[in-house]
Amino acid sequence: MTALAVRDLHVYLGESHVLQGVSFTVPNGGVTGVMGRNGVGKTTTLRALLGLAPRSRGTVTLGGTDVTAMPTHKIVRRGVGYVPEDREVFAGLTVSENLRLASRVPTPDYELVYDLFPVLRERGGQRAGTLSGGEQQMVAIARALLNRDALLLVDEPTKGLAPRIVSDVAHVLERIAELTTVVLVEQNLAVLKRLAKHVVVLDGGRVVHEGPGAELLDDPERVRRFLGVHGGGH
Amino acid sequence: MYFLVASGLSLIYGLMGVLNFAHGVLITIGAYSAWWVGDQMSGAAEVRLLAGTAFAVLVGAVIGAAIELVFIRPLYRRPIEQILVTVGLALALGALVVGIFGPETKAPVVPSWMIDTTMVLGEPVPNDRFVEIAVAAVVLVGLIAFLRFTRYGLVIRAGVENRSMVTALGVDVQRAFTLVFALGGALAALAGVLSNVYFASVEPGRGTSLLIYAFIVVVIGGFGSIGGAAVAGVAVALLQNYANYYGTTGAGDMAVVVLLAVTLLLRPHGLSPKVAH
Repeated sequence: MTALAVRDLHVYLGESHVLQGVSFTVPNGGVTGVMGRNGVGKTTTLRALLGLAPRSRGTVTLGGTDVTAMPTHKIVRRGVGYVPEDREVFAGLTVSENLRLASRVPTPDYELVYDLFPVLRERGGQRAGTLSGGEQQMVAIARALLNRDALLLVDEPTKGLAPRIVSDVAHVLERIAELTTVVLVEQNLAVLKRLAKHVVVLDGGRVVHEGPGAELLDDPERVRRFLGVHGGGH
Repeated sequence: MYFLVASGLSLIYGLMGVLNFAHGVLITIGAYSAWWVGDQMSGAAEVRLLAGTAFAVLVGAVIGAAIELVFIRPLYRRPIEQILVTVGLALALGALVVGIFGPETKAPVVPSWMIDTTMVLGEPVPNDRFVEIAVAAVVLVGLIAFLRFTRYGLVIRAGVENRSMVTALGVDVQRAFTLVFALGGALAALAGVLSNVYFASVEPGRGTSLLIYAFIVVVIGGFGSIGGAAVAGVAVALLQNYANYYGTTGAGDMAVVVLLAVTLLLRPHGLSPKVAH
């Protein structure tokens, strides 16, 4: 059973043909890593899955249901949490208001959120725009966890964070992956090695590799070929 | 009055990026709706004015929501077409009002105590001014409470900051769009009723002339900011009236334009940019 299936997805941003027939599947449970050089369409892929980027062709199937024609909010309500690149917390709203806005089930899982990020309980009344980058990332992840969604789309959660916080975020994602299916766009190979059971590699707007994470990430030559970096992590 | 007109305009642009040129005609429609109800009724002037106000606010809200549902919703992400359609609506609805009620000015229902004056610091001030200030203050507090303490208020405040992220949290932001248009229409209609009392007349061009100043208030206050609209509304009104009183004819309008230019030079995004609070 697959959590998510994407078939022949095409996206144009202006004149640019960013996604040129992306197809892959996400198995139920664990982390599926989406990898690739800068600008190959990783973020656009996540946005297109949610309908935030305009899809010109292709299908998106979520837990067996075709959601291609649905508006973003209806796709999300079918059980998809989203942690965007650059966090996109609502800077003028307090931490509590950011969480309240994100909750859409009768009993949001605040217990899990405050267990993972105790600091958010203390900072509840503080405007999110005044938090540090790491704390804003906590808010962004917490928003996606409240509803116990079946699928989480997480876009570069370690981008711009200090190494110590990167490790914390990876630990949190590890715990989350025990509860739900995660699609993780990530540039940090060490984080991917630690988390990804399954990987999808994008290049030039197409999927150029899909398979078990260890098979690719333990092969420095293939990592270098696909990503242009050494496979030792960073 | 500037605040009442500008707050709806500001929220509509802040949340949806729509420059609603039809906002002015809702002031006119509110003014005529209240006048019509008052004209049909008999009895105490206060009751007729209150009934007219309630009817005008309802009409403004319904037309505001209808404009969003019928004309704006099919044109999201097409700002030029949105501007054209709202300009067209302003012209069409303005002509419709003149067609129904005629071009001549009407005399609105105004309780006599509102026309009387009260001495303030040795100067006579018409009582209707206190009513207008009180209504604006109540609306300001009500809007702030709505934005701060309700779910829709939360959605609107977040939507002003980042609309696509609100939808990515599973929120149907289009409902908030309709609500904001209805709210804007209701506030514009309320401003129309108050303009009847303030000017002691009802005329078809009222909305258009007020809209120009409302746009200036919105720009100075910052798009999407209710607090900014309140501060800018008071500043523009005071400056305009003092310049007109102490200066030559037209000095008030000139002073407002200078204030706009200075604000844009010093704070290009207004006093309180892009945050609904």
